[in-house]
Amino acid sequence: MKIKSTEIVDTFAEAFKMCGSRVIITAETREWAMAAAQSMTGFATSVIGCKCEAGIERELPADETPDQRHGVSVLLFAMNAEGVGKRLVERIGQCVMTCPTTACYNGLVSGTTVSVGDQLRYFGDGHQISKVLDNRRMWRIPVMDGEFLVEESFGVQEAVGGGNLLLLGKDQKATLRAASAATKAMHAVPGIILPFPNGVVRSGSKVGSKYKSLPASTNDAYCPTLRGSVNNSMVPLAVNCVMEIVIDGLDVKAVEECMRVGMYAAAKPGIKQITAGNYGGNLGQFHIHLHKTINGN
Amino acid sequence: MSLTLSLHTSPEVPVEADVISPDRLNNLNESALSALPVFHGNVQAKIGDFFKVQGQYNGEIRVEGDLSKVKHIGAGMTSGRLIVNGDVGAHLGAGMQGGKIIVDGNVADWAASEMTGGRIIIKGNAGHMLGSSIRGSATGITGGEIIVHGNARNEAGQAMRNGLIVIGGNSEDLTGVNMLSGTIIVLGKMGIRTGAGMKRGTILSMHDADLLSTFTYACTYHPTYLRLYLTYIKKLGFQIDDAKLSGNYERWAGDSIELNRGEILLYRN
Repeated sequence: MKIKSTEIVDTFAEAFKMCGSRVIITAETREWAMAAAQSMTGFATSVIGCKCEAGIERELPADETPDQRHGVSVLLFAMNAEGVGKRLVERIGQCVMTCPTTACYNGLVSGTTVSVGDQLRYFGDGHQISKVLDNRRMWRIPVMDGEFLVEESFGVQEAVGGGNLLLLGKDQKATLRAASAATKAMHAVPGIILPFPNGVVRSGSKVGSKYKSLPASTNDAYCPTLRGSVNNSMVPLAVNCVMEIVIDGLDVKAVEECMRVGMYAAAKPGIKQITAGNYGGNLGQFHIHLHKTINGN
Repeated sequence: MSLTLSLHTSPEVPVEADVISPDRLNNLNESALSALPVFHGNVQAKIGDFFKVQGQYNGEIRVEGDLSKVKHIGAGMTSGRLIVNGDVGAHLGAGMQGGKIIVDGNVADWAASEMTGGRIIIKGNAGHMLGSSIRGSATGITGGEIIVHGNARNEAGQAMRNGLIVIGGNSEDLTGVNMLSGTIIVLGKMGIRTGAGMKRGTILSMHDADLLSTFTYACTYHPTYLRLYLTYIKKLGFQIDDAKLSGNYERWAGDSIELNRGEILLYRN
């Protein structure tokens, strides 16, 4: 199958069951809301090394936020609900509460919740105040610019992590251009994040290593420099650069749609192949087939 | 068709009609409904002696007429919808646990006393002791919402422990007296001795107020959480302009004769 001149390999992305949450950050200005969101989603590229994966879902206009201020929607994923709760407490506590004028709300209605504001309130040292409005409990924590407002509980739902596309290009310039076009299009899909820098990862990994202490190591099959050195190279002769886009989503449909949009946007001159990473289908709960995704099945 | 009770005979003395509640009128036909007992003063009477009963309960009850001498309507109700067209007597929705009461008129004293849940909307004025505790009891409302589009008289929200009271007009003296927690929003002016003896909780007014000397000025700031409340009540039909939504409020802490953990917020600019 081809999109324009780019071959879409008949394979699948192997994705994993994760737990996801949505955090709505608001502030007096767009800049401060974004500053908090960027801080909160820093060092959150891979659950292996960062304990969670997080990213900015989208900016929110004032009329879409609970307090009618500028907002940013952040998605955060971890391997289980407990992990999501711990990371939310750490990151909202250190990155959002610290940022001037911000407030932080749950953006996901779910039967499963984790305690966040209920933990952070102790920072108020007894001066914190609880408010219940419309069956939602908020905590007002006194801080030096006034108060930090944070919701007591955040919803958590089953989610999908590790959807991915591999873009195989003739050179770095063409591959980077295609990756940028793809991530720009993919960001428009609701319910997903691309957790790596600007949505793109160049250091794709495989499971395990020759070094026993490492759980993951470089994806040598897709390193162009190793084409002549490894037996399992997947890099065709005309390909000299590979970039990966990793997708986490609140459900598998969102991840599929994101991959579909990404493939169409990335299929540009200079991109020889679009493929996906998997582990033979034995590890991940979700197999997202590229051809089926393009056909809308 | 919803169940409609139309007053055909005005009582000479107050009628205690706590049977007019979705919990009590559910699954009854018109004749059974008409036979339900009420107290007319100290004399037992029947609903049918005062009301013409039409239809059957389908989740909604309509009560019509000058009900200013009919007390305890909707008391203790747990669900459903009760619409009152006309002025209504004391103890409306007392001890209410859930559901919704809408009054297109004025309500007398003790409305929503010791309410625990649900919502009461009063399009006219409310009497004394709105959402308060009954005498001898330590705690007023512990949940729910009381929305008054007009004015409220003395001791609105007395001893309230939780919930929301919104007064679109003015409130008279002792608003939030002995308050334990919760939120009272007065869009108009408040009388004297606001928040006397309050332990925790919030009383907000859009106007200046003559506060007790046991309240201490803290700062003038923009409380983010107020945006949630003001946006919320705006959706309920109150006019809240952007200046108030994003404005600054004086924070007064008190009452220092108690825990000193309560607050009175006064809109500044």
